[in-house]
Amino acid sequence: MGEVKATTQTTLEVGEGAGGFATTQVTALTHWAQKYSLFMYPFVTACCGMEFMSVTSPRYDLSRFGAEAPRFSPRQSDLLWVVGTISQRQAPVLKRIYEQMAPPKWVIAFGTCASCGGFYDNYTTVAGIDKIVPCDVYIPGCPPRPEAVLDGLLLLMDKIQSGSKDPAIVKPRTDPVTSQSHGLIKLRRGRDSMV
Amino acid sequence: MSQLLVDVVRERFGSAVLESHAQHGDETIVVHPANWKEVARFLRDEPRAQMNMLVDLTAVDYPEREPRFEVVAHYLSLQKGHRLRVKARIGDADGDDAEIDSLADLWGSANWMEREAWDMFGINFLGHPDLRRILMYPEFEGHPLRRDYPADKIQPLVPYREVDNIEKLPPFGAEEGMSFGRQTHIQSGEED
Repeated sequence: MGEVKATTQTTLEVGEGAGGFATTQVTALTHWAQKYSLFMYPFVTACCGMEFMSVTSPRYDLSRFGAEAPRFSPRQSDLLWVVGTISQRQAPVLKRIYEQMAPPKWVIAFGTCASCGGFYDNYTTVAGIDKIVPCDVYIPGCPPRPEAVLDGLLLLMDKIQSGSKDPAIVKPRTDPVTSQSHGLIKLRRGRDSMV
Repeated sequence: MSQLLVDVVRERFGSAVLESHAQHGDETIVVHPANWKEVARFLRDEPRAQMNMLVDLTAVDYPEREPRFEVVAHYLSLQKGHRLRVKARIGDADGDDAEIDSLADLWGSANWMEREAWDMFGINFLGHPDLRRILMYPEFEGHPLRRDYPADKIQPLVPYREVDNIEKLPPFGAEEGMSFGRQTHIQSGEED
């Protein structure tokens, strides 16, 4: 997970009456609403699309975080997923799609190719979509694991809540299966000792 | 198996067949570029050959050689089941006069393959009906699969292209392809 932290404060005060009230800031409220209702536009061009299907399907279930509805019109969507390699020839199309989205809008670069071009260091590939459109979150990986994609989405939600415009990168995290300190081995040992 | 076929071509064209060899069971002949189209027509129409399918047509760049490019065509006979690879060597060190006859009026499949060879290597196919880029965009400068094309060169991004008549879009010509397409080529009549 990234380092973006929420900065606004919400206080809940219970009054004399039946309901009580809460004080907050309008931006915090709108950011809260925006981050849990992301309408996404998947711009899928390459093999990362398989992982995108995986992460939106019930096993990893992106809709838990409010990013449920794909909108196949950029005019109705908030979040542009650029999933896969972008060629020089596709670049104006991607730019046009970004321009058609109504603000507030965010962009996620899904995978290494969308982030920096990946190993396509050649005449036909754009070396990262940030040459064309501003990018909010980079998810490295070839393709990224669904957990990394979920991390990226949560990172974006943190950014939306805090109002940050800085680009963020999903960091690798330890695999609980292979990690000795937090891994299944220790859990199994614990279970054995309990038995 | 195709050695007989090589003999047939040699018998007909004689010294125009510069050399021949076989590798992994595939016969290859190298012909003089002036006879490129005549050899192709002979292979298609000759009853002993019956090469009715042009499987592939491409080019290879050998920058240290003179002539520099090798145009390669792979023929297959569906009736007889034999194959033949025909090569011709063209072009000087700068790659300027890389010209060879087009096979597009003998096999329809040669049309797009020759456009690809033009796009990637800059080989000019004389008599081609519509020789323009097929993979790269029209603003692209140079021919990227030539060995002297800089490997790290990045060309500027192209602007979005508005197309008025959206029903039949290039790269498909008027009589080919689907009724929809990508907005990446201007109409062939509007070029230059």
